[in-house]
Amino acid sequence: MAIRRAMSGRIMGRTAVVGARSMSSWWRNVEPAPKDPILGVTEAFLADPHPDKVNVGVGAYRDDNGKPVVLECVREAERRIAGNLNMEYLPMGGSVKMVEETLKLAYGENSELIKDKRIAAVQALSGTGACRLFADFQKRFRPDSQIYIPVPTWANHHNIWRDAQVPQKTYHYYRPESRGLDFAAMMDDIKNAPNGSVFLLHACAHNPTGVDPSEEQWREISQQIKAKGHFAFFDMAYQGFASGDPERDAKSIRIFLEDGHYIGIAQSYAKNMGLYGQRVGCLSVLCGDEKEAVAVKSQLQQLARPMYSNPPVHGALIVSTILSDPDLKKLWLKEVKVMADRIIGMRTALRESLENLGSPLSWKHITNQIGMFCYSGLTPEQVDRLTNEFHIYLTRNGRISMAGVTTGNVEYLANAIHKVTKSA
Amino acid sequence: MRPEMTSSSPTDRRLNALVRHLATASPVMESQTTVTFSPTAGSPGNSVFSHVVQAPEDPILGVTVAYNKDPSPLKLNLGVGAYRTEEGKPLVLNVVRKAEQMLVNDRSRVKEYLPIVGLAEFNKLSAKLIFGADSPAIRENRVTTVQCLSGTGSLRVGGEFLARHYHQRTIYIPQPTWGNHPKIFTLSGLSVKTYRYYDPATRGLNFQGLMEDLGSAPSGAIVLLHACAHNPTGVDPTLQQWEQIRQLMRSKALLPFFDSAYQGFASGNLDTDAQSIRMFVADGGECFVAQSYAKNMGLYGERVGALSVVCRTADVASRVESQLKLVTRPMFSNPPIHGASIVATILKDRNMYNEWTIELKAMADRIISMRKELFDALRARGTPGDWSHIIKQIGMFTFTGLNKEQVAFMTREYHIYMTSDGRISMAGLSSKTVPHLADAIHAAVTRMS
Repeated sequence: MAIRRAMSGRIMGRTAVVGARSMSSWWRNVEPAPKDPILGVTEAFLADPHPDKVNVGVGAYRDDNGKPVVLECVREAERRIAGNLNMEYLPMGGSVKMVEETLKLAYGENSELIKDKRIAAVQALSGTGACRLFADFQKRFRPDSQIYIPVPTWANHHNIWRDAQVPQKTYHYYRPESRGLDFAAMMDDIKNAPNGSVFLLHACAHNPTGVDPSEEQWREISQQIKAKGHFAFFDMAYQGFASGDPERDAKSIRIFLEDGHYIGIAQSYAKNMGLYGQRVGCLSVLCGDEKEAVAVKSQLQQLARPMYSNPPVHGALIVSTILSDPDLKKLWLKEVKVMADRIIGMRTALRESLENLGSPLSWKHITNQIGMFCYSGLTPEQVDRLTNEFHIYLTRNGRISMAGVTTGNVEYLANAIHKVTKSA
Repeated sequence: MRPEMTSSSPTDRRLNALVRHLATASPVMESQTTVTFSPTAGSPGNSVFSHVVQAPEDPILGVTVAYNKDPSPLKLNLGVGAYRTEEGKPLVLNVVRKAEQMLVNDRSRVKEYLPIVGLAEFNKLSAKLIFGADSPAIRENRVTTVQCLSGTGSLRVGGEFLARHYHQRTIYIPQPTWGNHPKIFTLSGLSVKTYRYYDPATRGLNFQGLMEDLGSAPSGAIVLLHACAHNPTGVDPTLQQWEQIRQLMRSKALLPFFDSAYQGFASGNLDTDAQSIRMFVADGGECFVAQSYAKNMGLYGERVGALSVVCRTADVASRVESQLKLVTRPMFSNPPIHGASIVATILKDRNMYNEWTIELKAMADRIISMRKELFDALRARGTPGDWSHIIKQIGMFTFTGLNKEQVAFMTREYHIYMTSDGRISMAGLSSKTVPHLADAIHAAVTRMS
């Protein structure tokens, strides 16, 4: 808001000059925006002609040949839905069938909460859209609340809650010294936050660090959050991708549900179904009863209508086709496990390569961390060297997308990392 | 659990009672340490959103909800503006099916993230479609185009950009306009005012009122213009009137924001329907354009659209684009790939493009013939009043001039579903159903005034 006021103050003085006869643009004072730190990496990678270049920037899965993957279950679903009867508008809340199946993944196949219709849920534009819809909802219905965001987190989280005009605070999460969880400091922050605060939690495979609480730690976190009457909002973008087992990856959420929390969840199919560009996801909010869920859903729709009216149908059809067909669903689960296993294998390979090179540093964290990303511990300067000298592209916070590591490039990557860190 | 008993506020007492009630139901909570309640705290027993009231049904989409509930075989859905065939069925264009099949069969295609601004090819082709292939603005790189979620999404992204970067935060919208317009711009952070547009007496354009209201708008204000086939009235300015509007707006530095949701649908000709916009671009000035492919390519649910900003220089256009990305990234990161791929496939192939224009003209022609049939049917029944506006208005909708009570009567007695402002979607009519609608209108007009 302050930025808007400042800019209007600066431009107001010029209104007398800006008229139809003036040949200058109304937008001449618009500053060039900084490149998106994550998506800008891929742009730079694509522009690089070097034959050995490696992209371990954006979190999009690659097979062992470094190629993007379209899952077989997705291809089959697309074949079935091509020639579909129509492309009519979905309801504002999206595909009911897709949402139903999606809730089962998060809340449990036989969840009582689903049976009791206590969950307000709408199809959303992948994880981003689900978070943004929740942030707008939070602003409208808990206008005095603020969001506690872990340090570090996916950079776009900050943008989302800022654009929703919800004030942000942070809580300790990553401990650089151990390249693991700063559990004590995190618990302190939860304890010290005013009662009834809203906490953003990564359900599994924390982005960008890959550091997740253990099951025991999740239980303690749940108890502390409950004691303070906080609201837990889960961003679950990697269900299935972390351990290879979607049920296991939803453990944190299930613990909170057992403990009686009212939670919100943003779910995405971008990674675990490889539907990135289709923008398919779901926002759900657990409510006290069916009546409340109906009310909350209607209000979520009110926020969606002036943003995009209703969500895109194609990706939702793919998801519901797969999840409602037992054979396709089984195939999907198999394919997700293959992706997760390949990543786990690459973690082992990278760590072993670095150790075999005689690196003086500890690289245990590569295999301790989980999910698509490894928080390498590299400094921005070391990252710049990796990019400039070795044509290896990653974000400057040292986050490596393990999905971009292959048997073909893991040695090259290990060598480069060793070179820039051995005198560290 | 032992909640604080010393505080005596009614809220705390109520919350304590609630906790005691829930504590007996849930053994887990009994073992907790003392909890102090503050007004903003979510009680462990209560959802923090329990105060949320149910929102009213969307007036337009709610019509279809009501229609679906009606068991009558005579029911007619003239609510939402989605095209229907003569058989009353939704339509997927042949050329769209063809494009989709090509995409499915191409095994090399992937579903990765699009860039934040969307599919580059789609953006270029969309700009060409609306501004004309020979547009100097395009040649001079003065246009930035970003893919958005249909018309709604394009308007919202444009509105948010304006609220952040433009000195005048008021937008003037015509009276009446599509119901979602004021909500979109309000949530964008703009303040919404109206200008006179529809004249109920003539069921045509209140041109004088429009010119007066735009004439008294503050310099630099944003003005929303329907490029063609005004929704809901179907009343468009003539080319001469557009020229006068353009001159007035440029003399007051009013910023045009075009909503183009029906290019090709109004007259059946894509270039004709883009004339108003091209007039403004030809004078070298700046403008915003929101494009939708929902109706003219029948891609409704795929949410395909684009926002274009025509700037004075290429440098400004590139800076504007970078700022548009900051609006979309926290909204949806990058737009959906499927619909845009279909559009690009069609627009870049000469044969498929021609096929599309033929199918588009067929849809527009069917609507024009429905207008004639309805007009003739009312004349044949001797329905009182002048119904020539039915054939004078243009595009998908007719603003019948029927009032709320007459509309409610038609729904009750004749199972006609339409919005309460008297707007009917001509696309929902067929030769078979025109007589039923004519009967309903006749009854409403003669029995209720």
